[in-house]
Amino acid sequence: MILSKQFYGSGIRSADLSRLGGHLIVLEGADGSGRSTQIQLLTSWLENLGYSVVNVGIKRSTLVSEELAKAQQGNILSKTTMSLFYATDFADQLENKIIPALAAGEIVLCDRYIYTLMARHIVRGGNVAWVEKLYGFALVPDMVFYLQVDPEILIEQNFEKNSSLNYWESGMDLGLSNSLFDSFIIYQHMIKNEFLKMKKKYHFNIIDGDRSVKAISRSLQRKIEVLLT
Amino acid sequence: MKRKRVEYEGKLIAVEGLDGSGKSTQLYLLKKWLELQNLKVFFTEWNSSVVVKSATSKAKKRQLLTPTTFSLIHATDFADRYERQILPLLKGGYLVLADRYVYTAYVRDVTRGCDMDWVRNLYDFAIKPDMTFYFNVPLEVALDRILSNRPKLKYFEAGMDIGLSSDLYESFRLFQGRIHQAYGSLSDELNFNVIDATQTIEHQQQLLRRVVSEAIDLSMFRKHTVKPRVQ
Repeated sequence: MILSKQFYGSGIRSADLSRLGGHLIVLEGADGSGRSTQIQLLTSWLENLGYSVVNVGIKRSTLVSEELAKAQQGNILSKTTMSLFYATDFADQLENKIIPALAAGEIVLCDRYIYTLMARHIVRGGNVAWVEKLYGFALVPDMVFYLQVDPEILIEQNFEKNSSLNYWESGMDLGLSNSLFDSFIIYQHMIKNEFLKMKKKYHFNIIDGDRSVKAISRSLQRKIEVLLT
Repeated sequence: MKRKRVEYEGKLIAVEGLDGSGKSTQLYLLKKWLELQNLKVFFTEWNSSVVVKSATSKAKKRQLLTPTTFSLIHATDFADRYERQILPLLKGGYLVLADRYVYTAYVRDVTRGCDMDWVRNLYDFAIKPDMTFYFNVPLEVALDRILSNRPKLKYFEAGMDIGLSSDLYESFRLFQGRIHQAYGSLSDELNFNVIDATQTIEHQQQLLRRVVSEAIDLSMFRKHTVKPRVQ
């Protein structure tokens, strides 16, 4: 099933949508939701079926990923600056990885997309209309999955993996609580609420992430199969 | 988008114009004059955020920017200066002098092919300056000032990325021509304070000082004199 690609808004003038094929598939979900594991499994499943897969994620551009990481270390950037920095990182990958891959008919698997970036902006008090228009240059994916996991379970997964909680994933910059633990729970609930608000508008497939890796993977595959036939 | 009203005690003065219009010289002289009166003055220029600038210059050197990322990285730079310096200093009652402001992005990014509404939305968080001076100069005069000593033009500066010409100097001329046109219509739309930049430097500076001191009660911006501490 090939549908022609679209932009959310103003788009990118130099990109010829009629030449884009392939599939753009997005997996969203918090840290500890099993997102990366599922991306890996999907990648080998698709490659096994003979599809060429390109993986994309946030903060992985050649353009600004280093500077963005450095800026995060110092916790010196304000809300709007941070959002624009992330948007730059995303735009670079969209134009240099995603669009060329789609033009070559490949499958692009995105480990997070603009929705995480929008949610982060909005929970920091940012304007919704502003950030939506900002991402008007983004392509509408063929499918978006949101791995939904309760923050109380996410925290376990994070402890299991790193024995600690990440400063940003806990929203510590928001000053919600002095306790990293409490802040993580509150922040992840806020993010989850934003995702649920976006659900309809952006056609999320909500995937219950509180199941075995295998069960989740099967759900994802079943939905993606529809896209591929 | 509805703009929130931002309360601040300072004043924001921006200058815009082509490369070679002489706006930076004029702003420098204005700054000197204000400082000599012991006023609270802060100067900021385009593309100078400590955090973002290294990414921008690296990207420019390697010619990695598209019109979209060119626009976004400059907006990031501006946002950083705006959130950390321009706005706090305005709230602190400073005279903030900006060598180029959001209008530079309006004209450059749209000339590069970005959508006008999209670019204006990007910068929608920024307050409108209290005064914006546009240093208007005929295209040929600006080009002469820049090109007469055959400088080494940079790729993006010459607009080589939009493919107007394969010759660096020809590309620069054509690109500046388009920027000049865009400035002209923006100036009409937003009622910039237009300064005739073909006049002598002293004449322009006198005019600038007169207009500023008529519009702003400069005595409000004196630095507080430090009182000797009682031991």
